[in-house]
Amino acid sequence: MKGSTPVARRLAVCGLATVCGVLVPGRAEAHLVTTGLGPVYDGISHVLMSPDDLVPILAMSLLAGLNGVRASRMTLFSLTLAWLAAGAAGFFFGHTVLPLAVTSASFLIVGGLTAADRRLAPAVVTGLAVAVGLLHGWMNGAAIAETGRSALGLVGIAATVFVCVSLVSALVTVPRAAWWRIAVRVAGSWVAAIGLLMIGWAVRGR
Amino acid sequence: MSARDWRGSLPRDVLIATVFVLAVASTAMAHPQQGQAQGFLTGVRHPVAGLDHVLAMICVGVWGAQLGQPAIWLLPVTFPMVMALGGFLGLVGIPLPGVEVAVSLSAVLLGVMVARAARPPLAVAAVLVGVFAIFHGHAHGTELPAGQSGLAYSIGFVTATGCLHGVGIAIGEVNRWPAGRVLLRAAGVAVALAGAALTWSAL
Repeated sequence: MKGSTPVARRLAVCGLATVCGVLVPGRAEAHLVTTGLGPVYDGISHVLMSPDDLVPILAMSLLAGLNGVRASRMTLFSLTLAWLAAGAAGFFFGHTVLPLAVTSASFLIVGGLTAADRRLAPAVVTGLAVAVGLLHGWMNGAAIAETGRSALGLVGIAATVFVCVSLVSALVTVPRAAWWRIAVRVAGSWVAAIGLLMIGWAVRGR
Repeated sequence: MSARDWRGSLPRDVLIATVFVLAVASTAMAHPQQGQAQGFLTGVRHPVAGLDHVLAMICVGVWGAQLGQPAIWLLPVTFPMVMALGGFLGLVGIPLPGVEVAVSLSAVLLGVMVARAARPPLAVAAVLVGVFAIFHGHAHGTELPAGQSGLAYSIGFVTATGCLHGVGIAIGEVNRWPAGRVLLRAAGVAVALAGAALTWSAL
């Protein structure tokens, strides 16, 4: 680019970007049959697009973050491993027989504890993480089996759980302004409120 | 061109290149889950579609800002859960008398509180707001159209209500300045009058 003017160089960059953009395939082959990774991506996208799984993960991460670094580290591994183990068990032995009100209880309990901001022992937070992981993992595994999909989806789900907990709990654990902790508590109260409404919907049959 | 020139203009070039790439982006086949997405949007729209609800929620935030610590954070933390309790009562079929009138009256009373810059004990303020929260939840938290996701609706409804509180708190921050305090009290009068008109139409 020596000797070129800024305008010419910018035009060249834009031209190159345009060529690259045009060369991008128009269709996304979302189920990667050829690579065998499709089910893994299905698992990742399932978590990110399913609020009934994503919200408890985020709530558990917020609660762990409020309770410090040790609780966050233990939650990171216990939630992921419990989710994966229960998912595998649900895949091989499970049926999705749990009523919606039971799964919604995780919203209410974890969200309520986050809103209350009471200091909990790391063991208690870990126990909650294991309970949430077992509950939702079992449901995921059983649903995957019932729909005839690959168990590899559980790998994608577990990986997404791990990443979400890492990022969110780290955001909360790092000391910040006082309003940040209040914002986390407000988020917890939203989750608890959603859980309470969900139990109501379950009772009503919606 | 020197290395410094490259560093200085590179972010702008990247921005222009990004705009070009986005301009030729193709459609994303994103599996939008019609029922889920629609339920969320319905839930978001519902609180902002009713003037009585909007006025009352913003007033909660404004009043919290006027009261200062700890009300400014206590009200937004507790309100969604109490409101959901009202929604829960509606969903399981427990009736509340005069829901629509109570919702409109909440705008009147909260407007009066803001207009007077009232400073009752925290417990009194919490009970007053809590009672209205139950009626708001009962009236608005249960109106899900057929075929839409209850979970997505609930997420949208709670989030939108919480954002209205946030707007109220942000508006209430003008309470730091004398002119802002006057403005807030005038706004409280306006809300109370609007609430009175809504109550009249609800009777």
